[in-house]
Amino acid sequence: MDNMTLIAIASIVTAGLTIALGSIGPALGEGRAVATALSSLAQQPDAATTITRTLFVGLAMIESIAIYCFVVSMILIFANPFWNHVIAQTAEK
Amino acid sequence: MRLSPDEMIFWQHGFLKLNGTIVFTWGLMLVLAVGSKLITRKLSTDLKRSRWENLLEIVVTGIEKQIEDVGLRHPKRYIGFLGTLFLFVALASLCTVIPGYEPPTGSLSTTAALALCVLVAVPFFGIEEQGLGGYLKSYVEPTVIMLPFNIISELSRTLALAVRLFGNMMSWTMILAILLTITPFIFPIVMSALGLLTGMVQAYIFSILAAVYIAAATRGRKSKPEPDAKH
Repeated sequence: MDNMTLIAIASIVTAGLTIALGSIGPALGEGRAVATALSSLAQQPDAATTITRTLFVGLAMIESIAIYCFVVSMILIFANPFWNHVIAQTAEK
Repeated sequence: MRLSPDEMIFWQHGFLKLNGTIVFTWGLMLVLAVGSKLITRKLSTDLKRSRWENLLEIVVTGIEKQIEDVGLRHPKRYIGFLGTLFLFVALASLCTVIPGYEPPTGSLSTTAALALCVLVAVPFFGIEEQGLGGYLKSYVEPTVIMLPFNIISELSRTLALAVRLFGNMMSWTMILAILLTITPFIFPIVMSALGLLTGMVQAYIFSILAAVYIAAATRGRKSKPEPDAKH
């Protein structure tokens, strides 16, 4: 296998794996966060605004991990420097 | 496949490039500045007021109440900075209903600039409230060993702010573009509505996190009942 094929395979497989594995953790974390928020809302309904706001802030923090994985995966597919380098090399030939 | 509005070039003269990010950012600034100037030309305190003035008052009092809830004691000092952050990011994602428009926050340069503004504003407000010595002392709390960790946490919070906003905005525009090539009509519209919702939530999150960081800096890092949003 030459360089080009190897880089293509590695990029595609890694992009898929990154987003697949990277969304498991945040999804589980967000599920737990929402569950706890709902049970504390049921226990103290008059603290609803504080709980909701804290829930949203916490969810955004957890979500950002999944966003990091997504950004890496997008870079591998669309703005891959190794792929661009190899394409430029074959275009020169 | 376009990764950011940086690549939409409208006009180029050698070194200077007028790309989509700059054009859309200036467009948003124009709308915000001219709009608010026009609406606040004749303010009235009695019951008869124009609809636009009512809208602005709802927005401003809402933001002020949120800032107060976070724990900042004089919201009028901070509402200029925090309110502008919220309005800019919210308007940037709201205008995606206009065809041909790409949100400038979908480019890492814009979000990095906003995060750098927050990075500069936190020590500024902290020193204004506690004095230079008091603010610097908060870095060595609870012990001196925590000094590098506190500095690292400041920098990583800024990075997280920038990448979170960029990732959210960029991913929605990209999902929409990909969906438009696969499924025709209805599904991309539903996804674009979801993208609008996410944009609003991200605007709220950005300004609330900035408010929490400023509250941490102006109150000292000792007793904080609010969510300590350190990464």
